[in-house]
Amino acid sequence: MSKLPKASELAKSISYAFPKVSWMDTKPAFAPGTWCYPAKKDTMEGLGMPNPHNWNPAEEDWNLPENWEEIIYNALKDRLEKYRSLKVFLDICVRCGACADKCHFFLGTGDPKNMPVLRVELLRSVYRRDFTTVGKLLGKVVGARKLDKDVIKEWFYYFYQCTECRRCSLFCPYGIDTAEITMIVRELLHELGLGIHWIMDPVSNCNRTGNHLGIQPHAFREIVEFLCEDIETITGIQIKPPFNEKGHEVLFITPSGDVFADPGIYTFMGYLMLFHEIGLDYTLSTYASEGGNFGSFTSAYMMKKLNAKMYAEAERLGSKWILGGECGHMWRVVHQYMETMNGPTPACMETPKSPITGTVFHNAAATKMVHITEFTADLIKHNKITLDPSRNADKIVTFHDSCNPARGMGLLEEPRYCIQAACENFVEMPENTIREQTFCCGGGSGLNTEEIMELRMRGGLPRGNALRFVQEKHGVNTMACICAIDRATLPPLADYWAPGVSVTGTHELIANALVMKGEIKRTLDLRQEDLPGVEEDE
Amino acid sequence: MFISLVAVIVLGAIAWMGGATPGLQYLFGIVLPMIAVVVFLAGFIWRIMDWAKSPVPFSIPTTGGQQRSLDWIKPARLDSPYTKTGTVGRMLLEVLLFRSLFRNTKAELRNGPRLVYWSSKWLWLFALLFHYCFLVVFIRHFRFFLDPVPVAIGMMETVDGIMQIGVPRLFMSGVILFGALLFLLMRRLCDQKLRYISLPNDYFPLLLLIGLVGSGLCLRYIGKADIATIKEMTMGIATLSPHIPALPISPLFYVHLGFLSTLLIVFPFSKLMHMGGIFLSPTRNLPNNTRAVHHTNPWNPPKTYRTYAEYENDFRDLMDEAGLPLEITPEQAAAKE
Ligand code: SF4
Ligand code: SF4
Repeated sequence: MSKLPKASELAKSISYAFPKVSWMDTKPAFAPGTWCYPAKKDTMEGLGMPNPHNWNPAEEDWNLPENWEEIIYNALKDRLEKYRSLKVFLDICVRCGACADKCHFFLGTGDPKNMPVLRVELLRSVYRRDFTTVGKLLGKVVGARKLDKDVIKEWFYYFYQCTECRRCSLFCPYGIDTAEITMIVRELLHELGLGIHWIMDPVSNCNRTGNHLGIQPHAFREIVEFLCEDIETITGIQIKPPFNEKGHEVLFITPSGDVFADPGIYTFMGYLMLFHEIGLDYTLSTYASEGGNFGSFTSAYMMKKLNAKMYAEAERLGSKWILGGECGHMWRVVHQYMETMNGPTPACMETPKSPITGTVFHNAAATKMVHITEFTADLIKHNKITLDPSRNADKIVTFHDSCNPARGMGLLEEPRYCIQAACENFVEMPENTIREQTFCCGGGSGLNTEEIMELRMRGGLPRGNALRFVQEKHGVNTMACICAIDRATLPPLADYWAPGVSVTGTHELIANALVMKGEIKRTLDLRQEDLPGVEEDE
Repeated sequence: MFISLVAVIVLGAIAWMGGATPGLQYLFGIVLPMIAVVVFLAGFIWRIMDWAKSPVPFSIPTTGGQQRSLDWIKPARLDSPYTKTGTVGRMLLEVLLFRSLFRNTKAELRNGPRLVYWSSKWLWLFALLFHYCFLVVFIRHFRFFLDPVPVAIGMMETVDGIMQIGVPRLFMSGVILFGALLFLLMRRLCDQKLRYISLPNDYFPLLLLIGLVGSGLCLRYIGKADIATIKEMTMGIATLSPHIPALPISPLFYVHLGFLSTLLIVFPFSKLMHMGGIFLSPTRNLPNNTRAVHHTNPWNPPKTYRTYAEYENDFRDLMDEAGLPLEITPEQAAAKE
């Protein structure tokens, strides 16, 4: 891993000046810290991915299969026939530049090919030559170029420097969605056996053990029970969550990062405390113990394969509906792909109805899956839970909209409503950096890996900057989010760009404030630190 | 840029010569424009059909505002439409008012580091001016193809020329159109980012349009071309009895016509097809109701996934030890073997 420069130095190194040579004549230098480690051959073989082989991005020869040109041509042809989005997006860009400075990777690296328009142009140029008559005839004059091995390298480099955040798509007058292109180019690269370790390893784990981290069923249960012990220490209440049990109304699925990684575990404890308090009839599943879907960063096929477990498990357990935890890309998949890919839902499932408030979630009539902040916001609105915001009084909270719930779902108010009910101090970051205009954490779409920390910090600059702004102006010390990847990527980002801000899930805040029946006098928050006001009392 | 400029100048020169050479007038004044119209129409339809041939496997609207979920949360009906009507509304805003471009900001990195975002509506404004003025000018040209000239066109001209400057009266639309085109060109040349991403095929349509509008303005205000003769010729085309009028027409008119013909021919094969494509963009033309309503993927592959049974087979003993419920107990499994 390369050394991370100081924040001030990194910022100084960013320049938006453009090189003299045309982008077609420049090549990426595979410097350490800019590319992700390749997927292991075994992993790829195990998943039945095409052309698994050993290779290293830093080396000259990537050991591509012999007929690699033909493979790419056929794969691209196939995708053009399957996706109208691809065809239209490749054809109608006018290079107006509206998307150019909307991408956090461009803002943080100054690399012209990180402008969404040029990122797509990397594919578009090849498409023009191979699939349009004008491109075939006029070549470079109309921006067409021949596919060669350097182009493949360029694709790998830049399509793994896009977090599929869709910010560019919001600003494009035609809605050209670079995330869609990135998904497809990653599929093309996979046809040549090129993938990254940080994505394919979780995919393989998820397939086999049910979750990205490869936690086996018994260990999964142990970890959760361990968290329950912490809950008991804090609240005096014993919780025994059901696992793999049939006949419960609700199946609860959240990203496994919540079960395993700090600070996600506090959010997970928050879910359990809430469910206990309201007496929800639910079960967890070790088989479908992953809400996240790294398959969606791989291919449509893999996304479907991993996602299919959710309905399969709901059917086996006879659940009426699924409640989904806080996660970004999981919700992109659930909201926009799940029902199309793996629907219709099993016969036992019904349109979700909150057993506590009676609210029917008509907006989830087809997928039968509700977002936890929708569910909790509804509880709060109907006064079904008691919250004591003074327990979060030491926190000045802001909220980071994750890209996927914001631009692939429109889930903006629900989490805010929950946070504001649980906290005394809430401040928004500047308007160009939140809601539908939100900036990525810099590590979405499977790029939350250590070896590209510098790249992540660069991509995280706009978010970090906005955070720094409210930290200086309003003393913000806590950033809430609704995404497991955020909970992993934002802490280093905050340490780097706005040191002193801690990152929390929304349901951690809720559970801190949640007044539970039969609890002991609470002195500790979920992280087992003193609640505000406790010291003075003693 | 230069290639495009040269190309446009050469095209203009050829058209001028064609217009000035009596034998070629028929070719440049009648045959070429008619071919151009056919190519345009056929090409346009072909492109749309070609796009439409590929399915929309997933409903992937880019949501620009609050979804519809709980009754008491106000949804963004147009930026994140839930209904068909809302989606039509979103598309209308997009097509008629360039909604997304209206959001445009400009980012600047200052010392600190501090990123600042400015609202930047210039592109939106000039793009809008360009498109609307083009539309007005386009409609005004119908006076050359319709006899009698419809009242609506007359009224439009009255409004357009309301400033009452000069003879012939100055139409604002033409001038603004020309100005907007120059702005768009200057923007491409002066903004580093844009210059870097621009291809010859970005300059070409712009320069062509500048040529087209420029020659049009010259015809009306400087050359003061003989409208009656031109109309005789255009009416000939419109009524499908084309002929070259006896009275001479300025070669500049042939240049105008040449640019127009080129534009029409190039249109379906260039980025100008964004005109049709915008209607087919799946991030804009689909409602954000994907959890409520089923969307079909015509090529949805069969489900292949690791089933619970396979999973349990792998972990049965461990699960049993951990006290997790099982479909088949280790004993049953052993008995089977
Ligand atoms: S905003 Fe859209 S049309 Fe404009 S350059 Fe970007 S992708 Fe192309
Ligand atoms: S989807 Fe996000 S990361 Fe990818 S090009 Fe667009 S703005 Fe950049």
